[in-house]
Amino acid sequence: MTTTDTRPAGVTGARTGPRDAARRGRRGPASWFRGGGHHSLVFLLPLLIVFAVFSWIPIGRAVLMSFQATNLVTDPTFVGLDNFQAVLADPLLWTAVKNTCYFALLALLFGYPVPLVAALLMSEVRRARGLFSALAYLPVVVPPVVAVLLWKFFYDAGPDGVFNTLLGHIGLGPLAWLQDADIAMPALVLEATWAAAGGTIIIYLAALTGVDSSLYEAAEIDGAGIWHKIWHITLPQLRGVLLITFILQIIGTAQVFLEPFLFTDGGPANSTVTVLLLIYRYAFTNSLGGDYGGATALSLMLAVVLALFSALYFRLTRSWSSS
Amino acid sequence: MKPSRIIAATTAAALAALGAACSDEPDDGRVHLAVAMDPGLEQGAIDAFNERIAQFEDANPDIDIEAQEYNWTASTFTAQLAGGTLPDVFTIPFTDGRGLIERGQIADISSLTDELPYVDDFNPNVAAAGSDAEGGLWAVPTAAYGQGLHYNRTLFEDAGLDPDAPPQTWDEIREAADAISEATGETGYAQMTNGNTGGWILTTMVYALGGRTESADGGTATIDTPQMREAVDLLRDMRWEDGSMGDDFLYDWGTVNQDFASGRIGMYISGGDVFTPLFTQNDLDPADYGLTALPLDGADSGVLGGGTLAAVSPNTEADEQAAAVEWIDFYYMEKLTDQDAAVADAEALADSGQPVGAPQLPVFDRATYEQSLEWVDEYVNVPVEQMTPYTELIFDQPLLPEPATATQEVYAVLDTVVQTALTDEGADIDALLAQAETDAQAAMDAAA
Repeated sequence: MTTTDTRPAGVTGARTGPRDAARRGRRGPASWFRGGGHHSLVFLLPLLIVFAVFSWIPIGRAVLMSFQATNLVTDPTFVGLDNFQAVLADPLLWTAVKNTCYFALLALLFGYPVPLVAALLMSEVRRARGLFSALAYLPVVVPPVVAVLLWKFFYDAGPDGVFNTLLGHIGLGPLAWLQDADIAMPALVLEATWAAAGGTIIIYLAALTGVDSSLYEAAEIDGAGIWHKIWHITLPQLRGVLLITFILQIIGTAQVFLEPFLFTDGGPANSTVTVLLLIYRYAFTNSLGGDYGGATALSLMLAVVLALFSALYFRLTRSWSSS
Repeated sequence: MKPSRIIAATTAAALAALGAACSDEPDDGRVHLAVAMDPGLEQGAIDAFNERIAQFEDANPDIDIEAQEYNWTASTFTAQLAGGTLPDVFTIPFTDGRGLIERGQIADISSLTDELPYVDDFNPNVAAAGSDAEGGLWAVPTAAYGQGLHYNRTLFEDAGLDPDAPPQTWDEIREAADAISEATGETGYAQMTNGNTGGWILTTMVYALGGRTESADGGTATIDTPQMREAVDLLRDMRWEDGSMGDDFLYDWGTVNQDFASGRIGMYISGGDVFTPLFTQNDLDPADYGLTALPLDGADSGVLGGGTLAAVSPNTEADEQAAAVEWIDFYYMEKLTDQDAAVADAEALADSGQPVGAPQLPVFDRATYEQSLEWVDEYVNVPVEQMTPYTELIFDQPLLPEPATATQEVYAVLDTVVQTALTDEGADIDALLAQAETDAQAAMDAAA
């Protein structure tokens, strides 16, 4: 069947071919200006200024500073790769890398599946789904600092602490929580999962609405149970979203700062020092003027590692996400 | 008007408005000065501070003072210094004075401080903290302290201890902590461990036991010593054998003050001048408060001392620096040297219910200090009799300065030592101290 489209070329993307693009490309600045192109530039300008001032210039400045010795008060001096060498020679760096990987692993084990399971369960609820969504999202709207202070109260290591009282009812504990180097990191992951799960649940719920219900009906006719439907229909249909949330989770956990900073300040005995907390310490814990060169050098290294990881991840999963 | 011109005009107007909003203070011919005020003060303390500003502005009509909340902590100070958001006049600890001066990170006001009538009267050891190599006074010493043992008299009574006879030895501190913990369920003895305060207090204990954390020339770390071992062992005994140190081993200066003021801690070590922030920021009940001197044990033992310097931002102009020195002289110093100023300051504080007479150490000499206390005697409203175990001894105890080289970095290394000792029952203390000495030496070498 054929249809006749009377709209001018360029109005729909489908009708815009390479020839149109080439024609547009030949327009000179004068014709672009006469054609009103500068209007879009005027509208774009505030956004460009905001991005430049708050993102691009600081990023460029940070790259520059990673090759400098500076206290941001007196004149900087270029020191070549000294900052990078000093950071790599810091024994605490490897402790921080190990802790960050541990946090990321725990967050993947607990934080990644929990929102998915919660979203799947909530999608099956027929009544009051909005209420459940709101309840799931509630932790996200609690200011992070308030949430941490609240959880600090829960994590009171005394036998009268909230969690220890609950554990006491089933004959466990009391646990030292944040005061024990072995338990502190899992405790941070628990709070971080609680705080962040709501946003991911909402994403999964939105993605689940896009799954064609006829697939489930066909599976039911074929006698598929709930687990078969989830495994063979739901998860494959969500794979694009799952891939994105996975990489976002890795990037997010590699940059964890708030929880170790506010809960433990890296303690006990550096058991919760993460890479970002170490960057913060380089920059700000020496009151005689921070090591901003070291801090920006480590920031740059982290950014490069995450960028490489992301590129590798998308390359390896390209076939899966497009199949 | 064409739409594009309307857009351009609107954008220009918005940018102009933004620029106006970001402009400096009003050009009224006066010098505008932002001065540090402690954050989180009770309303009475804020009123007292504002009263002092009003008095200053009356005497100096060409200067406009604006209070800016500021409290020195290592991390926030560094960020504010780099970001240029410090008040024009702010305070720093003695330990940072020389380093900031050498790096040119505070304003050189030495030509202005030279004009102060009492500039040659400072205790030389105190003045050195704010002076450059040539002796120019870049930062004015405003207060000095020696560490003390703060205790809760009510918890002492609840535990059957005599609050008028506080512990005089480290063994007695341990016994009192155990008794308090057993009788009340509260923390008998608490130790700061976080944000470099762990190193600060551990160094205090080592000094009191006759040790040091670095050699006299500041070049060699001396962490793995018998005195350090004794201090760590004492903490471990209280923590693991007696169970008298409670459940929180991540205290810093703010949180330990908070828990002490709320009656959850029996004893802790901190600066001898901490009564004022305990009262003005943590609502301490003065009836609960007791202060005694630290037990000194060993030939070279002494009390770790420190103090506060008033400094001026490097971003200030000459007229602002002159006004800043006027303010420092008026607010911090006149009450120490001038009877009328001392009385005016004490009256303003007392009228607003703020503490007057909390113990300090002299920045000049003991006679000048005691003279200044006599001037304000009728306004003293802190329970000085509850602090006599400290004030009767502190002037006779040798006062030792904090470690000079890489102070904060070495304190950070010691944070790890004390945290490990208190959270890991099976910790290998020998290995811990050996590693700490290596790390401290590396930090000192890097700072040299």
